[in-house]
Amino acid sequence: MAGKINKQMNLIEVLDAPQSKLPSRDGFGKGTVELGESDPNVWVMSADVAESTRAHLFGEKFPQRFVQVGVAEQNLAGVASGIASTGKTVFISAYGVFSPGRNWDQIRVSICYNNVPVKIHASHTGVTVGPDGASHQALEDIAIVRVIPNITVLVPADAEESRKATIEMGKTKGPAYMRTCREKMPVFTTASTPFKIGEVNVLREGDDLAIFACGPQVYYSLMAAEELEKEGISCAVINMHTIKPIDKKAISYWAKKTKFLVSVEEHQIAGGLGSAIAEVLTDECPCTLKRLGINDHFCQSGTPLELLKKYKLDKDGIKEFVKANFKK
Amino acid sequence: MLHEAKSGHSAGSIGLADIFTALYFNVLNHDPKNPDWQNRDRLILSNGHVCPVLYATMAEAGYFPKEELMTLRKLGTRLQGHPHRGTLPGIENSSGPLGQGLSIAAGMALVAKREKKSWKVYCVCSDGEHNEGQIWEAVMFASKYKLGNLIAIMDRNNIQIDGFTEQIMPLEPLGEKYRSFGWHVIEVDGHNMQQLINACNEAKRVIERPTMIIAHTVPGKAVSFMEFLTEWHGKSPGDKETIDALSELETERKSYGNID
Repeated sequence: MAGKINKQMNLIEVLDAPQSKLPSRDGFGKGTVELGESDPNVWVMSADVAESTRAHLFGEKFPQRFVQVGVAEQNLAGVASGIASTGKTVFISAYGVFSPGRNWDQIRVSICYNNVPVKIHASHTGVTVGPDGASHQALEDIAIVRVIPNITVLVPADAEESRKATIEMGKTKGPAYMRTCREKMPVFTTASTPFKIGEVNVLREGDDLAIFACGPQVYYSLMAAEELEKEGISCAVINMHTIKPIDKKAISYWAKKTKFLVSVEEHQIAGGLGSAIAEVLTDECPCTLKRLGINDHFCQSGTPLELLKKYKLDKDGIKEFVKANFKK
Repeated sequence: MLHEAKSGHSAGSIGLADIFTALYFNVLNHDPKNPDWQNRDRLILSNGHVCPVLYATMAEAGYFPKEELMTLRKLGTRLQGHPHRGTLPGIENSSGPLGQGLSIAAGMALVAKREKKSWKVYCVCSDGEHNEGQIWEAVMFASKYKLGNLIAIMDRNNIQIDGFTEQIMPLEPLGEKYRSFGWHVIEVDGHNMQQLINACNEAKRVIERPTMIIAHTVPGKAVSFMEFLTEWHGKSPGDKETIDALSELETERKSYGNID
């Protein structure tokens, strides 16, 4: 069934045996260093978690363009706005629960209303933060960020894509937001996999339904689709790396083609990817959409894989969800 | 302006008139005809609700026609109810939610310092917004990075929406607080032009530390029925109040001699 994988996406050869596992936050570190080498106007800031967010890689290489504010996310956003308003591109990095969790007002007014090129990297999002527990699991960030005007919202699927997303958002003129994870996950895209902000990647063709996923759930959706094919359900898998601006054309296309969509995300189902898709469907082409995510509750401590299993956000959970909701 | 707009913040705007006059007509190195000039000094207004005085001063300085002042807060205006960067040339930052401006000013100052630019960053802030934690984050930051090119001016008018600052959330001793955070502190009468200008000149000579000029002001200065009354923090004058206020301000102006 590997024949259904879209070859133009240049994914790794053997999808179910990835050679490398990396946390997607690594891509931020690599991406900012690459940008920093080619563009002297790129600055990076940290709020006391430089190594965890991989901002330290830039800091070690370009100390004159690195700024450490300490545990002060509101000041992080404000200082970044000031630096950016002098013509710099500024990346700020902290855990998702703190930025945009703590500093939403500053992101809204100092960054987005000013419309300055501050790029917000939120690491440690989703339940895969694991043992730290609910206080540290950012599950609401997409919802609170995507409603602010002027901002681009990205959720890369793996460490390679987060490297590309970092570079691409560095080139945009306005504010941008990127969500990454702490846990090592399969790297299944490659340097030649396309990445264009606002354009989905169709990773797998399918006829019965289309799964729209973002973050680590893209890989799990691909794995689930392979197994579902054997059970007679043909699933397309779409990588929704851009939540905003959302690819309405792709959503309409798949809504008309399969008439049954599934969204999967490591985020509250209220306000996240599924909601964003539902908004497009309601406006343009109503069809059935079943949303898989965290359903209005806080989560627990545990290992990342235990939690993905418990909250049904791994391969088996996605499979089970599709089978429970889709009837031919 | 405020009467025409039928809403807005009167007392703070009037109380800051002398400070803005000192800045735009003496202290700032700026060019109203070229508001994006790279080497201009930056003025960040943190407590954006006093923007009527900012707009009035900018119009007087030549940034835009004075007639436009009467469009304050009206649909389609460049003079938004709280300032918006991008709508009106010369506005350096959007503001409104309190406590954000000092961080923005510090970010600008850090760039200027690291890149050895000659321009300075001025930040006008209020006393009441020192209730916000973010201010103190920025205070520590500016001290850490030795932002000698950052000059903040606090409108110490002692009022905030719910009452007097020392009753709502005591701020004193403000000077000692700033000194202990590593700042250079100057206290002045915020209605004494010479003191204000001298303080800014002194601040410019301080290289390794940011400066806080605590400017003691009278909210609603020279309008007898507004002075020191917290109720005038967030409202605009009615018909008769406007006539009375302008008349008193005119009398005050004439007391400085025959100037036009």
